Amino acid sequence: MHLSPDQMIFWQHGFFKLNGTIAFTWGLMLVLAGGSKLITRNLSTGLERSRWQNLLEIVVTGIEKQIEEVGLSEPQKYLGFLGTLFLFIATASLCTVIPGYEPPTGSLSTTAALALSVFVAVPFFGIEEQGVGEYLRSYAQPTVLMLPFNIISELSRTLALAVRLFGNMMSGVMIIGILLTITPFLFPIVMTLLGLLTGMVQAYIFSILGAVYIAAGARVRKPKPGPMQTVPA
Amino acid sequence: MDSLTIIAVASIVIAGITISLGAIGPALAEGRAVATALTSLAQQPDASATITRTLFVGLAMIESIAIYCFVVSMILIFANPFWNHVIAQTAGK
Repeated sequence: MHLSPDQMIFWQHGFFKLNGTIAFTWGLMLVLAGGSKLITRNLSTGLERSRWQNLLEIVVTGIEKQIEEVGLSEPQKYLGFLGTLFLFIATASLCTVIPGYEPPTGSLSTTAALALSVFVAVPFFGIEEQGVGEYLRSYAQPTVLMLPFNIISELSRTLALAVRLFGNMMSGVMIIGILLTITPFLFPIVMTLLGLLTGMVQAYIFSILGAVYIAAGARVRKPKPGPMQTVPA
Repeated sequence: MDSLTIIAVASIVIAGITISLGAIGPALAEGRAVATALTSLAQQPDASATITRTLFVGLAMIESIAIYCFVVSMILIFANPFWNHVIAQTAGK
């Protein structure tokens, strides 16, 4: 009973092991990048467009609207990072319908890498938006006593992101594996459907949480309202 | 009882207790969250996009507690370091 695609080893040479995680991740990258390149070869701005371009436009504008609703006023800056997170995790989960495929997000190394990239992106976008001094000062809000707690909360948020995604993906794969040995025909299909649903929800959750953390870090401190604005009529 | 038996019994029992106790709290909390979301949706149907999105984010955060318990339980059953250590010891003897 294997826990993750790390244990499916295709080819080995000394220290380097080509396991399922690496192979499936590269396969997903080829599908996403190659597919997008093919679809965006002849973009049309008129009313006539191919259905693949329509699909991509729906996806991109949907993600843009979600990022804007979270509170980031210029979604174009963050669309690359957050959109890629969502598309990668969503495609990794959708491809479960292909037999013999296991989602690479079912391995703790992949989810830890994704969580670490969010961990690096939060100060990156925060410093880009506010400057170094203002961003570092935000760790000491509302008082300097909160500094260790803010740092700990940053680290635990990252860990929670990684374990949440890993746990959801791994549990889906494991339930299907166990059910295949008990009732081969009906229940594994139902559980695969449930696994698809939770995979899409988890992809959405991962990217929305990343957007919320970036928005919290990039929030420009608004000046407090003066006394005139709170005088009741 | 030698250490092999003690480790096996403890791992199996605690794995079962972990997942069963760990699923109670999140299930109750998710039920309350969905009930409150339904009430507020009935009161303000035009805020349904915000309410639904916040509901899903909140449900995912609550669900992660159950996922942590599940991961601990799986580690105890399938990737138990104490079990591997003591098996390696008895195999080495």
